[in-house]
Amino acid sequence: MEYEAIIGLEIHAELLTASKIFCGCATTFGAPPNTQVCEVCLGMPGSLPVLNQKAVEFALKMALATDCRINEESVFARKNYFYPDLPKGYQISQYELPLAEHGHLDIRAGGETRRIGITRIHLEEDAGKLIHSEHRPVSFVDFNRTGVPLIEIVSEPDMRTPEEAVEYFKGLRNILLYLGICDGNMEEGSLRCDANISLRPMGQSEFGTKAELKNMNSFRFVKQALEYEIKRQRALLEAGKEIVQETRLWDTAQGQTASMRGKEETHDYRYFPDPDLVPVRIEAAWLEDLKAGLPELPTAKGQRFQEQYGLPAYDAEVLTGDKALADYFEACVKEFPQPKQVSNWIMVELLRELKTQDAGIAACPVTPGALGKLLALVEKGTISGSLAKKVFEEMWATGKDPEAIVKEKGLEQISDAGALEAAAQEILAAHPKEVADYQAGKTKVMGFFVGQLMRKTKGQANPQLANEIFQRLLE
Amino acid sequence: MTDALYSLSISELAPLLARREVSPVEVTEQLLERIERLDGALHAYLTVDGAGARAQAKEAEARLGQGEATPLTGIPMALKDVLITRGLRTTCASRILENFVPPFDATVCAKLRQAGAVFLGKVNMDEFAMGSSTENSAFGPTHNPWNRECIPGGSSGGSAAAVAADFCIASLGSDTGGSIRQPACHCGVVGLKPTYGRVSRYGLVAYASSLDQIGPLTKEVRDAALLLNCIAGHDHRDSTSLDAAVPDYLEGLGRGIKGLKIGVPREYFGAGLNPEVDAAVQNALKTLEGLGAELVEVSLPHSEYAVAVYYLVAVAEASSNLARYDGVKYGFRGEGRNLLEMYGATRTQGFGAEVRRRIMLGTYALSAGYYDAYYRKGSQVRALIRGDFETAFEKCEAVATPVSPTPAFRLGEKVSDPLTMYLSDIFTISANLAGIPGISVPCGFSASGLPIGLQLMGPPLGEATLLQAAYAFEQATDWHRRKPQL
Ligand SMILES: [Zn+2]
Repeated sequence: MEYEAIIGLEIHAELLTASKIFCGCATTFGAPPNTQVCEVCLGMPGSLPVLNQKAVEFALKMALATDCRINEESVFARKNYFYPDLPKGYQISQYELPLAEHGHLDIRAGGETRRIGITRIHLEEDAGKLIHSEHRPVSFVDFNRTGVPLIEIVSEPDMRTPEEAVEYFKGLRNILLYLGICDGNMEEGSLRCDANISLRPMGQSEFGTKAELKNMNSFRFVKQALEYEIKRQRALLEAGKEIVQETRLWDTAQGQTASMRGKEETHDYRYFPDPDLVPVRIEAAWLEDLKAGLPELPTAKGQRFQEQYGLPAYDAEVLTGDKALADYFEACVKEFPQPKQVSNWIMVELLRELKTQDAGIAACPVTPGALGKLLALVEKGTISGSLAKKVFEEMWATGKDPEAIVKEKGLEQISDAGALEAAAQEILAAHPKEVADYQAGKTKVMGFFVGQLMRKTKGQANPQLANEIFQRLLE
Repeated sequence: MTDALYSLSISELAPLLARREVSPVEVTEQLLERIERLDGALHAYLTVDGAGARAQAKEAEARLGQGEATPLTGIPMALKDVLITRGLRTTCASRILENFVPPFDATVCAKLRQAGAVFLGKVNMDEFAMGSSTENSAFGPTHNPWNRECIPGGSSGGSAAAVAADFCIASLGSDTGGSIRQPACHCGVVGLKPTYGRVSRYGLVAYASSLDQIGPLTKEVRDAALLLNCIAGHDHRDSTSLDAAVPDYLEGLGRGIKGLKIGVPREYFGAGLNPEVDAAVQNALKTLEGLGAELVEVSLPHSEYAVAVYYLVAVAEASSNLARYDGVKYGFRGEGRNLLEMYGATRTQGFGAEVRRRIMLGTYALSAGYYDAYYRKGSQVRALIRGDFETAFEKCEAVATPVSPTPAFRLGEKVSDPLTMYLSDIFTISANLAGIPGISVPCGFSASGLPIGLQLMGPPLGEATLLQAAYAFEQATDWHRRKPQL
């Protein structure tokens, strides 16, 4: 039987506010344990939360960017459960009335555009971190992260393949970065993803029993975990067994998911409105201001790249798929205003190099200005296209200016017709058989002559000029 | 050295201090000596901070000398042990916080410090303010200064007893369902619960966050106005505090109550009201009428649901508010072989029976499948109770009722019967549910010599009117001048 996967994602994004959501403590990552805490985020008796307006602003930006309907009034609620990293014994979150609802994100997967619904976006506080001792059976708690603002973005169960899920997740991350409200760092946990996945026979409308997957801290793991889970659930269904509703953890080392807790162990969080906080009211004027101040988002930027720079849709999509890459492209075009050539270089040479180094554009040692200069050198004929690739590698390795590298290594293209002609004559004299072949009509040997000249000039001969010279000498 | 400075009110003492006829050090020493000598019999205090009080008194003296005093400079006070005091043990009368020394001050404590008040120490209460008799203190009950065999009321029983017994000049308590007004009534002192949000809750250890409010317990009405002047106002650290201007509450005190419309809600004078209390309150109504007030009959039809609603809303919030006492970060930690056992041991051994009962009730009321029937329904009825008052206040500017259905009962009398105990707050709970202010003033004594109180409740931010009416009543009577024999 054919099965169809039903996938929904819950994304948690830490917001880049300077201070925590309900107190004034700093949010810097990596500070020594328990140095960014106060009575409020430690849950001391008598302390009270006060909402950080910046966190609301950031969350609203995300809601606007994903076309959500923003609730004029939303309510903070307490999610009650005991855990040592949760100092108050409850997490302040939103439940019945979230900040925003009914949004969507368009993704491209399998060559088509799909609209993925966003159920809700709400604000909440992050918990602390447990640190387990390697030497003794004890655990410590670091409360630095406690109270760092989070938004939770809950999707509709609209995704059908792991690829779609990853595209959706990438798309959300991209928007978060465009908005500058989250650093998107999945290893440090500032962006986290949980997935709900179930299978159903193709054509059936009811959903099957779902499993919740956790602990997937990269796009690759999200894809692998979902693929594994589809296989696992399909095997169970094909064997006539039932899927158990449970939470499963992705185990990177084993490459599989394993049961963490079953449905019967599910918490009753006893949500109720937090009486310490007043409802969040969003003024229409504020929303208008925020809307007006939104930066250009990926889709709009892609459109503009096609119109302004005449790029094909594919180029525009790749370049705007990462804000830093799009910025890089535009900076480079400023230096060398031939957009398609810049795009080609970035998409072929630069991205390949980044991929080999497993680095992001932020780690690229070649500045957009330097790349622009390199392309200008090719354009002027100072160096050949093939040599430019070598220069690029050198720029990557040393961070040096392309002009300096060309000069240092003596790589300027030889466009001095006299010098080239002398060398060409020598070559023709040394290869009478090939000359005869050419004159007998085998014009293909022209390539051989040019190659010889290149070899003689260590690749510096201007290939076009070389062609012209040989043609003239042979006629 | 002047005798019996301890027996003075703020209003009596402040001018003497200002004129430097007496020194705050002198008053403080007298009070510390009196507490030392007599509190063994009452157990009003949980912590006496002699060294801290002496240091504050010295500072106050210097300040008075420099002419930079406020009406509270040098006034020795007792603070309910639910108010967070920096560097001074704050227990909430619970084992679980027995050794908890806070690193910060409640907003009200910071304000009092700034005004130059002297903190004698922290006074007893029902554990986490849950109770009506102060018998739920983990450190033993407080006795009523008028009769050691009787309860002082609760949960601010230590505050009321300390004020009545002249163990302080004035006190701050907290009121969630009557916890200021009812003990004030049983100890024959003045107790004011302000409008919800009038006084910052920052640093008030939460019992039921949507009901809790800090207020003064004093020897006379004018003192309550003085203290409210100091502690009221918006606090950026409490999102629920009201951003409304604070009037000078002393201003209207002398104006009298001629023409003031006072509502008398018939639901508060029915069966179950002790005849002596009924008589004293009826008498008080006559006095008010004699002072020119106009009595109008009003109805608060949903009053009968107040206790039930309270015991859904308050316990639900409490079950969440008290989750933080888990043995991980501060306070008592029980032993266990794993995390779950540690939690269990900490909370079973750390909390008393009544606190555990309310946590369980509240947990139940919020549970999946019960939330709509209990917490949500409770919140809806609460809105009806608030509506009752809104309607009533269209006809009057204050309502007058008894504070408590009976005079102080005997220690141990209701301990084993929580439901009867819960009913002792039947007249005070509605003000918390509606978020309105209420004041308790002495209005008589029972035949056995126990104080009886009159309650006046007003519309939101109606404190000035309540103080004005209570002051007029007090000036026309002398109940507040009687002192218990210790
Ligand atoms: Zn903090």
